[in-house]
Amino acid sequence: MPTTSLATRRTRGDIPFGVVNYAGFLLFAILCAYPFYYLIINSVSANDLSALGRVRLWPEGAHLSNYGQILQLNGLSEAAVVSVARTVIGTACTVLASAFLGFMFTQERMWKRSLWYRLTIFTMYFSAGIIPLYITMKSLGLTNSFWVYILPAIVQPFNIILVKTYVESMPRSLQEAAEIDGAGTIRIFFRIILPNMTPILATIAIFTAVAQWNSFQDTLLYITDQKLYSLQYLLYTYTNQASSLAQAAQNAQGNLGSIVSAATSQTPTSIRMTVAVIVVLPIIFIYPLFQRYFVKGIMLGAVKG
Amino acid sequence: MSMTQGAPLLERGAATQAVAEQRRQSKRRDGRPGRPGRDAGRGRGKGSSKTMFLLIAPFLVLMFLFSYLPLAGWATAFFDYKPALGLGGSEFVGWQWFSMLVSSPTQVQQIGQVMANTLAMSFLGIATSLLPVFFAMLLNEIRAPWFRNAVQTLTTLPNFISWVLVYMIAFSLFSTSGLVNSVLHDWGLITVPLKFLDTDQNVWLTMLLWSLWKGLGWGAIMYLAAITSIDPALYESARIDGAGRFQIMRYITFPQLMPTYVVLLVLSIANMLNNGMEQFYVFQNAFNKEYIQVLDLYVYNIGITGNSLSMATALGMLKSVISVLLLITANAIAKRARGTSII
Repeated sequence: MPTTSLATRRTRGDIPFGVVNYAGFLLFAILCAYPFYYLIINSVSANDLSALGRVRLWPEGAHLSNYGQILQLNGLSEAAVVSVARTVIGTACTVLASAFLGFMFTQERMWKRSLWYRLTIFTMYFSAGIIPLYITMKSLGLTNSFWVYILPAIVQPFNIILVKTYVESMPRSLQEAAEIDGAGTIRIFFRIILPNMTPILATIAIFTAVAQWNSFQDTLLYITDQKLYSLQYLLYTYTNQASSLAQAAQNAQGNLGSIVSAATSQTPTSIRMTVAVIVVLPIIFIYPLFQRYFVKGIMLGAVKG
Repeated sequence: MSMTQGAPLLERGAATQAVAEQRRQSKRRDGRPGRPGRDAGRGRGKGSSKTMFLLIAPFLVLMFLFSYLPLAGWATAFFDYKPALGLGGSEFVGWQWFSMLVSSPTQVQQIGQVMANTLAMSFLGIATSLLPVFFAMLLNEIRAPWFRNAVQTLTTLPNFISWVLVYMIAFSLFSTSGLVNSVLHDWGLITVPLKFLDTDQNVWLTMLLWSLWKGLGWGAIMYLAAITSIDPALYESARIDGAGRFQIMRYITFPQLMPTYVVLLVLSIANMLNNGMEQFYVFQNAFNKEYIQVLDLYVYNIGITGNSLSMATALGMLKSVISVLLLITANAIAKRARGTSII
């Protein structure tokens, strides 16, 4: 094989360009990653140092007691339960509904199928606005209810398009064989279709779970009962309201009794950092898992209904 | 390899054309598996199935409740709505709220500022919409796979955190007691902490930078995927023609990405009034309020915080109608230009 190929032909500008290119991406990658690192090292550093912004490159006076103490904050464990519950239940409901509806909309025999399909897809392109939505939720009795996190998110037109396209690309003979054997629609769905579309369902599940975990606006709009606050909402109140935070810090110390030192007693900074890490860690942990589905998810998005 | 060997023998331009055309044709012939059995299903089961409809009916009810029923709430815009009285007990005022939007000078001034903020954020977003294209093209030039993967991993991460967390990060880095101020102070560059967040200076620019920080890496993913699906023959023939790296980027990669870019551009023009409120809500404070209130946030602020539900509904209704019209127009333009619709 000749060692020089046209593919690697170098021009005069190549080396400076390469250096600048690498350096530019390195810089941007650091800009993206450092804030996360900063949160983590601060949450495990001595609290008197973190409050002064002295923890910059690595943990100083490392200790893990913040995580134990933070769980005793008013409302934090409830908020964690709410966030986990809405993520698990919400994702399960949305994925199953998307799979089922996407499949059903491929069934040509359904009464007025294309009308229902069009009505569903059309909802992607408009929104009544937050005030009418608020009034609707209120009249449905969903304000200050956990179900406001789940029910409105069940029918997702975009996911339905993804599933429908996917089912249409599966060999029709699969379904026909089952029909000849006398299987009904439900049976075909659970036995034949569902097991054969795990890739697309995984994609939908991951994006739905991230959206549920990150959701903040619905708590802001529909929830005033503190027991139903999500972690995101709690983090927002902690970040913004210095007074409530100072109070929370005092409570946390009170709960712990006498043994508090400057390094482990809670400060507004330590509470913020620790809660932020609790909020972001699940995302970072499942991140490698769902990175595989990125391109799949986004390219499928390019497919029209 | 064989391509490069035979290259000098061929007429260069012709080679490019021929290879590209050949690929295109072979793609046309067997590239499309079609939708097997789509028509086969038609013949079977002549009658329509109501059972099937009943199976999806509960979901249709949910969709109706949360997407279509709220439209009835637009009626609020024509009443002086008091939540305690309900719509029946509230006074009917016709187009009063709509005319108020344009009659009182303070209101006009306020709406003008809100529209300026909304359009500024949208146009800044559109002005920087080529950045993900360049990001993808430049990242594609990086040869070391581990470095590419690492960059991709780290730069897409911010897309998956909430705006609340972004604000929390902004707060811990840029508040008066945050990292940046403490570093600048230690280096003796400042004596008084700089106010990055509690200020009415450069609000639009700051918001743009945060949304770029969050979205740039993710925005590039689609173009990176598009690059991998560019016909390799185009590159081969360009190299045969003696094109260098920059010429290939300029004349092959960039034009090949344009169809994807144009679709996204048209969609973002159609979404001009929809900036969403989350980003602006979490960053808003008493200092920057004038420049950060985009339409979505303003509707929230006057409706929920300020309790003018009817006024907010009127404004939200106008916004929704204009948005749908923009989308229809954008779609029609795309259809005329490309032959296919974008929605």
